[in-house]
Amino acid sequence: MVMPAWNEQDAIGSTIHDVTSTLGVDVLVVDDGSIDHTAREAMRAGAVVCSLPYNLGVGGAMRTGYRYALRHGYDTVVQIDADGQHDPRYLPHLLEALRTRDDQPGADLVIGARFAGEGADYQVSWVRRMAMRMLAGTLSRLAGTRLTDVTSGFRVANRRAVEVFASHYPAEYLGDTVESMVIALRAGCSVTQVAVEMRPRQGGVPSQTPFKAALFLGRAVMALALALIRRWPDVPGDREPAATVGGLP
Amino acid sequence: MNAPNILGIIGSVVILVVLFELLRRRHLREKYAVLWAAVAFGVLVLTIAPWVLNTAARLVGVDVPANLLFFVASMVLMVLTLQHSYELGRLEDKTRTLAEEIALLRLEQDSIRRAADTGSQDDMSSTEGSETP
Repeated sequence: MVMPAWNEQDAIGSTIHDVTSTLGVDVLVVDDGSIDHTAREAMRAGAVVCSLPYNLGVGGAMRTGYRYALRHGYDTVVQIDADGQHDPRYLPHLLEALRTRDDQPGADLVIGARFAGEGADYQVSWVRRMAMRMLAGTLSRLAGTRLTDVTSGFRVANRRAVEVFASHYPAEYLGDTVESMVIALRAGCSVTQVAVEMRPRQGGVPSQTPFKAALFLGRAVMALALALIRRWPDVPGDREPAATVGGLP
Repeated sequence: MNAPNILGIIGSVVILVVLFELLRRRHLREKYAVLWAAVAFGVLVLTIAPWVLNTAARLVGVDVPANLLFFVASMVLMVLTLQHSYELGRLEDKTRTLAEEIALLRLEQDSIRRAADTGSQDDMSSTEGSETP
């Protein structure tokens, strides 16, 4: 399990405890150039901590995590936010979607999407909602399945997707969620989503102003357009999808 | 030879000398030097032989030769800044990859050292007295 963290000293400890108490997984915290005690708190909580020398953004942190996973032979990588808004109890549901059921092949990348019309904490402006809908619509069409929450940072990747992300994981704005998904789809990975309930953040400040929402829309359009027109080098992933599905590390 | 001509000649000669010096001291990569050398030679040619500009303007159908000069100059500057943006992006990409690698290597090194500390503490203390776990 990879947890990108940037200045999350208040939340990281409890988030890690939360994960390790419910599931038997290895936790890698990628400390993205934090200037507080994120790394110390994470280490105290029993996680393996990888400290980036300076802030790279979620994309950089996650590529580091995927590289680590690849080098250490993990078959499945879970990405989860350090602020504790993702409930690890939903993880088994996400992992279930990776597995082959009946004759239906499992997905390579599973997104934990928050319920539509959730709690008051997620009251977002219409501009932002429109942007999200546009992103979701486009990516749904690309993926050939219904995706509602494409910017979710709660996702599970199998070996095939890990290999893709270890070499290509954009560091730009929204690149860590939207563009990386496009890359995965281009590389022939299948994407699906599983509904999860998200909790209010345990630390940090959510950013919501009308101006920021408008900015988000603009950047979302930009990110999506870039993701769609960019050419990505070929990635090693031309094997049978079902053969690479693995269990928990 | 009038004042603007002399200014132009001095300017282009200064650029060429600085270029040469930068290259000699290995402060400037050859791929950038080529571009600037072309610019300097261009200015030198135009100041020594202004009729080149007039002829060029007539050939491409520009009424005022100075306009052609401004147009070409702005295009050259644009291409140069574009090239710099491109190089900057590549460099950012490379430093990002390096930063990720360094973080992973540091983690690896830490875990190796920790394993060595707990695994063979007696050996460590006898051979390397200065290092205390």
